[in-house]
Amino acid sequence: MRRGTTDPMVGGVAVGLSARFGIDVTVVRLLFAVLTIGDASGFALYVLAWLVIPRQGETASIARRALADRRAVALGLATATVLGCVLLALDALGLSFVANLVWPVSFGAAGLVVVWRAASDEEKAFLHQVIEEAPVPGLPDARTRRALVGRIVVGVILVAGGLGGLVATRHPTGATLEAVTSAAVVIAGFLVVFGPWWLALARDLAVERRERVRTEERADMAAAIHDSVLQTLALIQRSSADPREVTRLARAQERELRAWLFEARPPGSFDPSSVTTLAQGVAVIENEVEESHGVPVESVVVGDCALDDGLRALLAAGREAAVNAAAWSGASTVSVFAEVEPSRVSLFVRDRGKGFDPGAVSEDRRGISDSIRARMARHGGTADIRSDAGEGTEVELVMPRPESQ
Amino acid sequence: MRTGHPLRVFLVDDHRLFRAGVRAELGPEVEVVGEADEVAAAIELIGERLPDVVLVDVHMPDGGGRAVIDAVCRAHPDVRFLALSVSDAAEDVIGVIRAGARGYVTKTISGTELTRAIVRVADGDAVFSPRLAGFVLDAFAADPASAGGAPVTFDPELDQLTPREREVLRLIARGYAYKEVARELSISVKTVESHVSAVLRKLQLSSRHQLTRWATERRLL
Repeated sequence: MRRGTTDPMVGGVAVGLSARFGIDVTVVRLLFAVLTIGDASGFALYVLAWLVIPRQGETASIARRALADRRAVALGLATATVLGCVLLALDALGLSFVANLVWPVSFGAAGLVVVWRAASDEEKAFLHQVIEEAPVPGLPDARTRRALVGRIVVGVILVAGGLGGLVATRHPTGATLEAVTSAAVVIAGFLVVFGPWWLALARDLAVERRERVRTEERADMAAAIHDSVLQTLALIQRSSADPREVTRLARAQERELRAWLFEARPPGSFDPSSVTTLAQGVAVIENEVEESHGVPVESVVVGDCALDDGLRALLAAGREAAVNAAAWSGASTVSVFAEVEPSRVSLFVRDRGKGFDPGAVSEDRRGISDSIRARMARHGGTADIRSDAGEGTEVELVMPRPESQ
Repeated sequence: MRTGHPLRVFLVDDHRLFRAGVRAELGPEVEVVGEADEVAAAIELIGERLPDVVLVDVHMPDGGGRAVIDAVCRAHPDVRFLALSVSDAAEDVIGVIRAGARGYVTKTISGTELTRAIVRVADGDAVFSPRLAGFVLDAFAADPASAGGAPVTFDPELDQLTPREREVLRLIARGYAYKEVARELSISVKTVESHVSAVLRKLQLSSRHQLTRWATERRLL
């Protein structure tokens, strides 16, 4: 048997019971209501059912979770004793019908506290919504939790005062005013005595919750840093004799960390095959060239746009140019600059390496002719390669953008 | 390009290892006259020693490099700042420049290049790394008139780059040094420097609200 999650009013107990026994849900709800008006046992029963019947889609009941959480039990007991005191005091003042409410109400309230503590996050979210949407006549727009608490407190005082007044008027003696005043004073007394404690408890709960959130965040962060940064540092220590490898590792780690911190991409989640924009494409080139050749790539991208076939060709040609620069030029860094303009996209790959004479490269050097020039030409783009011995090389790739953009 | 006494440089960075590294790498043209590892101490010591150039880390507790620049600029407008960072978040970079730094370089820069950048800043010029040039091109890219969101107080003198400035920035973004930019455009290095300084001024004074919005949005990309 499970508590229902489809169209529940509070905890889904009535929905669950109706589904289990095949009774109309409205009948079940009425039954609880009648029992509650009688001696509040309906209320206590409802809370009890809430505690022991697991919610739809969950395996553990709230009671089972609460037993593992001592603080919840302590809070429940505290609530029960406070309420018990209030009710007993009212009883002593002559409001005799209160007496048979003492136990059901105390345990019901204690149960509610436990429910709130041990409920799953989804259930809490639903309860929150129920509480916030509860209509209170005459008090529009009081939606904050504090306002809600204030409303409840004022309400309880008023109700208690009213009840006291009602009961007292039945007495033949003229002690009406006295009875009402004393009831109100007792309640106020309890508030003064226990109020700060209740507030402290509430604040404690909030602090504890924040603390838990923070601890979880810290744990996530520690895990991410362990998987990435610490592992890389260990690798760097082991390969400290190879400066090129150290640079490669440090750059790769830097890139990953940057993506995590500034683009909220968890470490290790970057998938080169999912590239959809030019900037991502340039990041992939940077990544691959640094990984395979250990030469740092400084990339700068101005503007961004979605990739089409022409731009994929541009990126492929750019990648080839960057690989050539890293592998053959002997330069310590390679610069990549991409700019998106309304009518065209350009990509520059530059190094300050030894350079070569483009005219002297034999036609069978397929890298430049096939991978760069022909690839660009096939998609309507151009490639311009400038190089001077000793001055480095710059490859300029330009791909026009379709009119529609 | 300089003769006589070495440039007096002050280091502000909360990482001791990094400060030691910079000290060791800087050339003889530069003398480190002090260092600080937190904002308050930095403001006080800089006011005392009045260095030519302050190397300031963008990211520090208590307001970071911006807080130092803000406080010192007002009292000692002659002190110049060069921002150093490992972060490339556009927001931070544009932020320190607008606070008054005359340049921005990443901490991976070599000692020789850093020394050159310090000399340049001390001479009153601006230091644009390729990445900063890219950020500026990006921030000033959209023509505000055609983008529909033209600011009410659009000032073409400040809120727009000239075609020449754009060319210079593009070459810097492509990895060209100032000297190479000058040769490429057949102009003097001095002219390149004045273009870059003009861009820096625009970056600092422009009221284009796109600038701020762009920097914030870019972070979310």
